[in-house]
Amino acid sequence: MKPALRTLLLSSVLAFGLGSASLASAQTTLLNASYDVTRELYKEINPAFASWYKAKTGKDITINQSHGGSSKQALSVAAGLEADVVTMNQSTDIDILVERGKLVAADWRKRFPHDATPYTTYSVFLVHKGNPKKIKDWSDLAQPGLSVIVPNPKTSGNGRYTYLAAWGSVIAKGGSEADARNFVTKLFRNVPVLDGGGRGATTTFTQRELGDVLVTFENEAAQIARELGAGQFDVVYPSITIDASPPVAVVETVVAKRGTATEAKAYLDFLYTDEGQKIIAKHWFRPRSEALLKANADRFPPVKAFKVEELLGSWSEVQKKHFADGGIYDQIVVNR
Amino acid sequence: MSAASFLNPTRQTRVLPGFGLSLGYTLVYLSLIVLIPLAAVFLKTASLGWAEFWAVVTSPRVVASYKLSFGASLLAAAINAVFGLMLAWALVRYTFPGKKLIDALVDLPFALPTAVAGIALTALYAGNGWIGSKLAPLGIKVAFTPLGVLVALVFIGVPFVVRTVQPILEDLETELEEAAASLGAHRWQTFTKVILPILLPALLTGFALAFARAVGEYGSVIFIAGNIPMVSEITPLMIITKLEQYDYTGATAIAVVMLVISFALLLLINLLQAWSAKRTGRNR
Repeated sequence: MKPALRTLLLSSVLAFGLGSASLASAQTTLLNASYDVTRELYKEINPAFASWYKAKTGKDITINQSHGGSSKQALSVAAGLEADVVTMNQSTDIDILVERGKLVAADWRKRFPHDATPYTTYSVFLVHKGNPKKIKDWSDLAQPGLSVIVPNPKTSGNGRYTYLAAWGSVIAKGGSEADARNFVTKLFRNVPVLDGGGRGATTTFTQRELGDVLVTFENEAAQIARELGAGQFDVVYPSITIDASPPVAVVETVVAKRGTATEAKAYLDFLYTDEGQKIIAKHWFRPRSEALLKANADRFPPVKAFKVEELLGSWSEVQKKHFADGGIYDQIVVNR
Repeated sequence: MSAASFLNPTRQTRVLPGFGLSLGYTLVYLSLIVLIPLAAVFLKTASLGWAEFWAVVTSPRVVASYKLSFGASLLAAAINAVFGLMLAWALVRYTFPGKKLIDALVDLPFALPTAVAGIALTALYAGNGWIGSKLAPLGIKVAFTPLGVLVALVFIGVPFVVRTVQPILEDLETELEEAAASLGAHRWQTFTKVILPILLPALLTGFALAFARAVGEYGSVIFIAGNIPMVSEITPLMIITKLEQYDYTGATAIAVVMLVISFALLLLINLLQAWSAKRTGRNR
């Protein structure tokens, strides 16, 4: 076969996404299994990384992305989806890969800076322009008659963070567990729809015009307020909220098999470079770089936030106590 | 076919050869595609103890979801049986402009990705949607209520009744109705005593298919349901919820209950159908 023809054939096969292990020698590919809301972010990160990597090593690299609900993605990887790296929205979704057949190193949090979270985001409120219902803080969400849109904590990391933020807002101010439960019960009485994921909840709030307030991540809220629905919505920062840093990890078993360990590490390292952090900030995620954070102070006002592990216990305890079947969340919504 | 020829199939001459091969292929194919996966569901559930299994499948939220899933599916299939029959009747007995187009439209719910249907229906029936905004002043809320679930299930079930009844209606000779009329039957009597009994087996088949489809439906319902615990959560959502918590066995336990109930209901409908076919003297 003539070389030109062969290249053409190969590239067309690659373009259709069929090129995998057998063609790995022709061009290195990485698969990034990520969650729903990062689709746009990685669409911009990937080509930037490819040219950065080319400049650094002279090698070509292609990144394929796979998106879906965070837990669903983790399950797919556990079931054999050959993802070189996982970029999830919750650390439990990476911990499950440690538990299921040691796909990820047990000390994955220590392998990259900031506990392997290249950026952070917070649960905030999105309200209608001018904040007609005067919603300032978590306690306002429990007032009778208010309609609050949150994603389903049973099927969405975003929803779990919202629930924990509300719970923690009481604990952080010195309230008891009973106070927290009482407050969260009242809050969930005000929830008319439980969408499967963050994007569904956004649609319900912005397109179906249901609800007085949407609780979602800052990156989603800021993007809607300033870009998608410019002039229709305001972002409200509560007095304290939750730090929802999305973690990343290399899938050790897959990179060992495919021989892509170096590339996978370089890809995640790139997220921490100035260039990577700039793209991250552009998509309204809070960069880890102090300089960039300062330069974008108007986009990222300072927020008081707590980490789940610091205030509420380890993720596995939290998961068991609140979200397991028959846990506190179930008790609240069944008897609301 | 007489008993003797059944016992000795090689004696009878057939148009196409290869009975042994076809039967073998049928059994292997059905086993691989249907029986083995279903058996795996049961096997997976077996790792739960009986007490645990019972606790999972009878938790109040799950029971509420059975009521909604099976209740709304039965109701949707019933609505489709009535209006699907009307649709089929109109398509077979009348000529009107755009008939071919409407005939093609009937099949659309088959082909459409269900998520698209769900989003479209939700947009229409939400409080600010075209239809929703007209219903809201009357105090009728469709989207994000069990009524929304019903609407989605009616939508995806439409083609089943139409497509099973249509060919029978086409075969139905108008002479039968004329004969009934000439013997002094009213139109209503002709319909209930002559037409309906002939259509009943096909109608029941369509009903059963629409019902079965509705019970397993996820994509279109999930958007319009609102997913409020104890109110508008469907059983497939409970299964997905378990999977999201990495609880495979819990998910399959609920799946087993759905399978058993669905199978029992379909068996019942099949028996009804056989009975009505026998009563009306028509062989299926």
